[in-house]
Amino acid sequence: MSSSISVIHPNLSAGARKTLLTYLAISAVVFLLMMVFGASMRYEQSEWLGMGPQYFYQIMTAHGIGMIGIVGLAASAVMWFFLSRHVQLSTPILVANLVFFLIGVVLILGAIFIGGFAAAWTFLYPLPAMGKGVWGNHAAASYLVGLLLIGVGFLLLYLDTARGIMKKYGNLGKALGWPQLFFNSQDEAPPSAVIASTMVLIVNIAGIAAGAVVLVLSLVNLYMPSYELDPLLVKNLIYFFGHVFINAAIYQAVIAVYEILPLYTNRPWKPTKVFILSWTLSTLMVMSVYPHHLLMDFAMPKWALIMGQIISYMSGFPVLVVTAIGALTLIYRSGIKWDVTSRLLILSMLGWACGVIPAIVDGTISVNNVMHNTLWVPGHFHIYLLLGLLPMLFGFMYYLVQSNGNKVGAVDDVAFWFYLVGGMGFVTMFLLSGKESIPRRWAAHLSEWVPYDRIASVFATLVVIGALVFAYRFLTRLSRINIATS
Amino acid sequence: MQEIAWTITLVLMLVIIATFVFVVLNSGQVAEYEPVKKRFYSVRTGLFWVLAVGFVVVMLSSYQGMPYAAQHRSENPIGTQVIDVEGFQWYWKLSSNEVKANQPVVFNVTSGDANHGFAIYDESLTLLAQTQAMPGYINKLEYVFKEPGTYKILCLEYCGMAHHSMVSAIEVVAE
Repeated sequence: MSSSISVIHPNLSAGARKTLLTYLAISAVVFLLMMVFGASMRYEQSEWLGMGPQYFYQIMTAHGIGMIGIVGLAASAVMWFFLSRHVQLSTPILVANLVFFLIGVVLILGAIFIGGFAAAWTFLYPLPAMGKGVWGNHAAASYLVGLLLIGVGFLLLYLDTARGIMKKYGNLGKALGWPQLFFNSQDEAPPSAVIASTMVLIVNIAGIAAGAVVLVLSLVNLYMPSYELDPLLVKNLIYFFGHVFINAAIYQAVIAVYEILPLYTNRPWKPTKVFILSWTLSTLMVMSVYPHHLLMDFAMPKWALIMGQIISYMSGFPVLVVTAIGALTLIYRSGIKWDVTSRLLILSMLGWACGVIPAIVDGTISVNNVMHNTLWVPGHFHIYLLLGLLPMLFGFMYYLVQSNGNKVGAVDDVAFWFYLVGGMGFVTMFLLSGKESIPRRWAAHLSEWVPYDRIASVFATLVVIGALVFAYRFLTRLSRINIATS
Repeated sequence: MQEIAWTITLVLMLVIIATFVFVVLNSGQVAEYEPVKKRFYSVRTGLFWVLAVGFVVVMLSSYQGMPYAAQHRSENPIGTQVIDVEGFQWYWKLSSNEVKANQPVVFNVTSGDANHGFAIYDESLTLLAQTQAMPGYINKLEYVFKEPGTYKILCLEYCGMAHHSMVSAIEVVAE
């Protein structure tokens, strides 16, 4: 059935093609490695490994920052592929981002696995300077500089995206579809890839700038302890940066759903006014919702925390009301062609929609008071990421793998079900553990909690097996990927 | 509270899953797109209003449950028990480890080094209330213990190698 799905890019240069496939190949490997790290944390909590707290917290730090970084990289490849059909983007900048990324990764891995750095991906001030002999300032600095370099690479990429979009559309408002939304313009709205990319570049340039500020401040403090920072300000900046960046990864990857799903259903998914409005509102909400990470910082201004709750609720609207319903409309009685790509993309819509629910529940201040920093929190964001974002990215990889007549085997179908069942079970165990008040980020669990960990570990294993097949398939089919020009 | 949160989450997620399953099971037969769009968009409008009303109701009803009252008043009411709490890598320092049941306790929580999370657990390991312990700031957490007993204090903000061992206890005695 997949033979009729065409992968077309009218003007993808050989250099850009090679670079994008390198992005995705690295992503496939790192997804798998980070999943093994994640599963090993659950095995440790299940008392099956005995790695000890030092390795646990190092792996926890690597898993957190590794996943954030690599989904950012893979999602930017998705955005670049589809956006460059409409807008001229710079291949050298695409390469530069990858180079910055790889240098940053080396510094971060060195910080963690040679220097012993384990302050979590959040590196909340002043923990990086308080390694208590487990890690030193140089290790912390290596982590911070590594992250800064990765940020520089992405900043270049999004600035280039802005340049390309503004060159074609004149300004960002036009690229967001505002003439159609506010001024009843009869011109055709920009393609969804352009609208989504514009939203992403706006939020990510702001997010990366905030991240860069806090990274530089933290670096100065490391070597000049007398230069003290305001811990609450630092926390605000870190969560603004972190929240925006990880959300922007989803908003980039969803372009794959907008572009590929219509090919499987033979129905168009064109931007409507509601679609444009939801992306404009998402631009604002992604940047203003982050105080919901600080609901237990009572010293924060109360209005900011209440705003965090309100915007958390409102953030569910574009996902549930526009994107999920849009996808379902596209599928219903469409005669959709079923293969691993379409299954993964529909799973991604389900994951994104379901993730809204525990996120909103936890964004309610009175609930957060008994759920914050329990396993409920990784529960909700693993629904978004493991069942939403990663299926978008794996779905895009399968779209390329199955390009223009290439086929995959039954093992891929089995892998999908492993991933689906494992993923659903895995996230449900997180939520159930959160309901049972089990803390997150604990290397060792009390005996009462271990049964939950063991069930979660079994599901985690299924996910890893599924992802292993996905990654293997992509890597072994790289040379056969066939992207037509027309 | 945890039970309510869990039940609501499970029910709503199952509704979403059931909707997806229904649509997927009905994806095979081909129908004209325009009538499908019309039908689904009317569902979308309905869903928008259901969610909007639901969110406003939940927002208003949850306002009373916000734990910020002690933080924003100038003086504690007479009879309030006050305990100063300071977190360190990796222990808690409390000005007193004993309080009376059924009388409000205000915990003035801060940190002497990194960020910590001050969380109160009951004997069955259920999380009752929490706030962050941040250097340079005092977060005031008010709680009324209903039952005498030994309550646990756990750290809920990652703070380094022995984070999971940062456990203390409070003895709650009858009035």
